[in-house]
Amino acid sequence: MSDIKVMLVDDEQSFVETMAKRLTKRKLEVVQAFTGEEGLEKLNETFGVDVVVLDVKMPGMDGIETLKEIRKRHPLVEVIMLTGHATVQSAIDGMKQGAFDYLMKPCDMDDLLGKVREAKAKKENHEQKIAQARAMNIVNRRGD
Amino acid sequence: MFLIILISLAPLALIAVVNSYQFKIAYESKVLEHLEQVVEKHKQNIDTFLNENLADLRVIASIYPIENFQDELFLSELLRNLQIEHGGVVVDMGLVDDQGVQLAYSGPFKLGKAVYGDAAWFREAMTRRNYISDVFMGLRGLPHFIVATKISANGREWLLRCTIDFMAFNRLVENISIGETGLAFIINRQGAFQTKPRIHLEPHVGSLSELVWGKHPAESKPIQNSAHNWWASQTRDFATALPVRTIVADDPGAPGESAIYIMTQLKQGQWALVYRQNARDAFGAWYRTRNVAIIIFLVGSMSIVFMAFLVSAKTVKRLEMADREKEMMNEKVIEAGKLASLGELAAGIAHEINNPVAIMVEESGWIGDLLEEDEFKETENVTEIRRSLKQIKTQGNRCKEITHKLLSFARRTDPRQQEVNLNDLIQEVVDLSGQRAKYANVKIHQILAKDLRMVQASPSELQQVLLNLINNSIDAIDHKQGGEVTISTTNGDGDVSFHVADTGQGIPDAVLKRVFDPFFTTKPVGKGTGLGLSICYGIIQKMGGKISVNSSVGMGTTFHISLPAALNGKAGSEKEHANYRGGEHV
Repeated sequence: MSDIKVMLVDDEQSFVETMAKRLTKRKLEVVQAFTGEEGLEKLNETFGVDVVVLDVKMPGMDGIETLKEIRKRHPLVEVIMLTGHATVQSAIDGMKQGAFDYLMKPCDMDDLLGKVREAKAKKENHEQKIAQARAMNIVNRRGD
Repeated sequence: MFLIILISLAPLALIAVVNSYQFKIAYESKVLEHLEQVVEKHKQNIDTFLNENLADLRVIASIYPIENFQDELFLSELLRNLQIEHGGVVVDMGLVDDQGVQLAYSGPFKLGKAVYGDAAWFREAMTRRNYISDVFMGLRGLPHFIVATKISANGREWLLRCTIDFMAFNRLVENISIGETGLAFIINRQGAFQTKPRIHLEPHVGSLSELVWGKHPAESKPIQNSAHNWWASQTRDFATALPVRTIVADDPGAPGESAIYIMTQLKQGQWALVYRQNARDAFGAWYRTRNVAIIIFLVGSMSIVFMAFLVSAKTVKRLEMADREKEMMNEKVIEAGKLASLGELAAGIAHEINNPVAIMVEESGWIGDLLEEDEFKETENVTEIRRSLKQIKTQGNRCKEITHKLLSFARRTDPRQQEVNLNDLIQEVVDLSGQRAKYANVKIHQILAKDLRMVQASPSELQQVLLNLINNSIDAIDHKQGGEVTISTTNGDGDVSFHVADTGQGIPDAVLKRVFDPFFTTKPVGKGTGLGLSICYGIIQKMGGKISVNSSVGMGTTFHISLPAALNGKAGSEKEHANYRGGEHV
């Protein structure tokens, strides 16, 4: 489980930093970003980010927009939305855009870890399927 | 209001007055015309009566020689024949010579050889051929009048006279009696009564004769216009086609009463036939009509006044009610505005607070993490610190709950309306609440109507309402005892209803009235904001639906919500709804 790479995106620096420390302590690799733009940038630079924990409300590029971009550029990366709103609606919006799940701020560490792991598992599953599909493709090509 | 009454009464009064006046004029002239005709007819009758008697006498005088009349036997034979012919009107007969000595007499009185030389009637009669006297007492001491004709024979002049029975003559006139006060009488130029009227009329005779004959009744003059006398100013003259004169004059004997006098000349202007009747009697029908009109007018006025008061009172009441409603509406609008701005403020604060709280909770979590390190394991106060951290976490969660509620109150949900299948929506929300219900030892039952009609509503708002109601229901149930929440849907007439019933503690009556008031809560401080039901109420009202509640303490509470059915809303299908659900609910 130690090889999960998480990116935290939130405009609240101290929140991100503390969360990073706590996740690191739990043997997760953490990338920090403080705006949506920075998050996208780092996602391009850094290889192998599995899960993005994304705050919905941020100045500049907000969570939903960032989510759209992430889904477009890195379709395999799973996104967990962090929301200050207890709104079913913003959660539904996020889900519609392809977020894996959502959590309400302030969130329980165990909940967060659980969701992150589920997301990672889903991503691995996807990747496996893709690998299998590729393999099948190669096998089929050979068979030609 | 008085203006209303005045305006309503004016046409009524106008009609009453104008009609009465017109009717009065018409009726009066009819009555007078009728009376005039009656009088005219009687005048003719009386004239005929007098002339017949005179003519008889003249015929008798011309066919028999004068000697015959000197024979009393012959006279009594004549008298008997006349009495047979005229029904006993002729009382006696006599022959008088030019000296006024009655030569022969036949009749009930002993008047043979009576001397009339000085009598007024004799002197008058001697000056003309025929003569009808006024009524006088004469020698016999009884009222009577004389019809006489002059006979010229043997170079001398004689008068053949007969006496007419006054009572019989009186009856002729008395026959003219119409109504209660109608009576007729005859006066001569000197103002003496020639018949006996039933009532005392002497004071008026002078004036009457003046009216008939003009200022100097002794002179023979045709009827002139009204003379200047005591009643000239109070009388009304009626021009008539008949040779009669009609006036209506105030009765000086009885103030306020007026009398009709109809006068015509008789006996070549020597006498006057006067008919008198009280106006009140003659125009009785008109007075009755007038009274009826007055009664109708009064009753009408009263009912108009009554109605005016009633109607204006009602109008005022209705206006007051409308005002009150408007005021309440204004209050509501103000309240809503207040709530909206309060909501925005709350949202701002909530959001600003949420982040620091999240950081605080995270930091405390980090401290907790650090405490796991071995170096702290042996520290004395580590238990205290853990307890403290736990408390920070708990309070942080409390802050979270408060801010979340505030945010959901202020949040602008997606108000877009679409056709929603309530059954699906309920299913969804029940799924969401399932976990919470389980912890609270509450079972959620669904009794969903098949073929439920679709409603036109915003799904996210409805979801909020349902969630709120279900959460309330769960909160109302004692978690130790457990209980049930039943959600049912029914098709109504033009609407669709759903009901959320719980077996909780129930709501006391005093509280029940206020459950929809904003910021009203019975939960302990920090547990409820008092906004949930008020938000639900607002949402349902906005959708054109109704929300109501009934509850009995100890038995439970049921919320009823009805929403207008979608116009072409058939029973919704799962497929239509899948779109809204957004798929990836895990």
